[in-house]
Amino acid sequence: MSMTLKPGARLFSAVCTTEMIAVKAPPGEVDVTIGGVAPVGSVAGRDGSGSVADGHGGGAAMGKRYVDQDETIELLCTKPGDGLPALNGQLLALKEAKALPSSD
Amino acid sequence: MHLASLVEMVESGFDDRVLLGAADAPVTGAQFGVLVRGGASTLGGYRALVYVGENHPLLPVALFSAAWAGIAFVPVNYRLEGHQLNSLVARQPGALVLADPATASRIAGEAPVIVFDDWLASLPADPPAIDPPSDDDEVAVILYTSGTTSEPKSVLLRHRHLMAYLLGSVEFGGAGEDEAVLVTVPPYHVAGIANILSNTFAGRRLVYLRAFDPRVWLDTVKNEGVTNAMVVPTMLSRIVDSLAGQPADVPTLRSLSYGGAKVSERVLHEALRLFPHTGFVNAYGLTETASTIAVLGPDDHRAGIESDDPAIRRRLSSAGQVLPMVEIEIRDEIDEPVPPGEPGMIFVRGEQISGEYASGSLLEPDGWFCTRDRGWIDAEGYLFIEGRADDTIIRGGENIAPAEIEEILLAHPSVAEACVVGLPDDEWGQTIAAVVVLRDGASVGADELQDTVRSALRGSKTPDTIVFRDELPHTETGKLLRRLVLRELTEFQVANEPKTTSQGEDSCR
Repeated sequence: MSMTLKPGARLFSAVCTTEMIAVKAPPGEVDVTIGGVAPVGSVAGRDGSGSVADGHGGGAAMGKRYVDQDETIELLCTKPGDGLPALNGQLLALKEAKALPSSD
Repeated sequence: MHLASLVEMVESGFDDRVLLGAADAPVTGAQFGVLVRGGASTLGGYRALVYVGENHPLLPVALFSAAWAGIAFVPVNYRLEGHQLNSLVARQPGALVLADPATASRIAGEAPVIVFDDWLASLPADPPAIDPPSDDDEVAVILYTSGTTSEPKSVLLRHRHLMAYLLGSVEFGGAGEDEAVLVTVPPYHVAGIANILSNTFAGRRLVYLRAFDPRVWLDTVKNEGVTNAMVVPTMLSRIVDSLAGQPADVPTLRSLSYGGAKVSERVLHEALRLFPHTGFVNAYGLTETASTIAVLGPDDHRAGIESDDPAIRRRLSSAGQVLPMVEIEIRDEIDEPVPPGEPGMIFVRGEQISGEYASGSLLEPDGWFCTRDRGWIDAEGYLFIEGRADDTIIRGGENIAPAEIEEILLAHPSVAEACVVGLPDDEWGQTIAAVVVLRDGASVGADELQDTVRSALRGSKTPDTIVFRDELPHTETGKLLRRLVLRELTEFQVANEPKTTSQGEDSCR
């Protein structure tokens, strides 16, 4: 299912506990899934049916960021869960970030 | 991204984690969200939220309520005298003013004033749903520069600047559940804003100290199990003094960051010795750069102490390396980039750099911002800050950075503080004057100090005049008020040498 995505948009997995927020999003319609299933707009939107699709599980980790190859989309995990995010059926990759010393 | 998104992230990621509040009134991420939505529901129709007061355990609620309501948060220095305080408040027409009890009665003018605790107590337990704003080009925070010579300038920090800093330098949820940060910088300082944002984003509990005292600071670190803290150099110096050579008993303290002004090498060495199990971080940034743009981390500090290589030891006095998402250039007088090792004006560029005032943006068309700080970069990218360009002394055509001479003076065992300024001079343009505060019980002559500088640097950098004083003027966040030092010396010079008529430039902003 296609949707339009803006930075700040929240994505709740329909089939597990994973929650994401869009840090960066391409313009126009995008086909995003979490756990292989189109996400819902709130926790209340989960109907309890369905499960993580094969190849779309393995665990999204808190605070980690997920990007496509060209970094047109970037999703940040705000709540961990089994389901991983994907764009056009392709799993997003974990973005490596250099750990910086905390200065504040 | 907009700071309102951060509130939703906190609710999602840290719903049952304690993030703020006094020890007897903890606030979880979920409760924080309710407070912020309630706060925003009281701000309809206002154009800004001004906060004038001391630190408060729930200060972050004010900042995020303003964000959720889509208006700017404007913390103002409550220590200013009445006229100046009110002139800054009056610059925000249509604002609601939240104040601490002592300050509320000092606010005059049109704006409604509410004591912060009363405002918090009035917030609805079941706030109405308001759609959060999402335009990250809106102004999130307005900070006033200290304005020691002219009217303070309003620096505009937009949501995109602050979020760029957070996303680029802090990992969401990166703090362990046991972590707590002790905040001592005042709310109207950019470091106070960065403290709120970074630690909320990391999921680290914010513990506030209302007023700084070194013993209270040490006790609070111990009693609250504080893992992280940020101080300005004057605070670090007072903490070190209060320890009187005994190592600090702070087993939980993992990270101690300092910044906001230059720290004396002796204080830093002493601090590293007295906090052997704590990682030190030096942060460099400006209000206009949405806080930190360069950091010297714990490993660099350790290497600086342990290495035999003078180039590595020297890095202990550097501001470290610039953040990965910030570009830096050092430029000469004709605006050309200079190679490593050569000093010049520091320019930076990046998504977090605001460079914008209420009066307009100072960014160059291609995004570069002139910090008005002078410095240089070594071969491995470590940034050394020489000081404000406006403080540079030009003696007989030679550019001289006061910091270089101050470092030599401060290394002398009798010297506690030093400030080097340029005095107007008909022959040389400027001559070099050093104002020195001696350590308790120490005594040393001007000749000896001049010899010390001469043998370390050279004759043209040796102070022509050395003046002894009991203390030097600082802002409350530890910035040396060079302008006041210069004014006093210039008046002294005028009184004693009638032939000198020029008053000299006011050299600080």
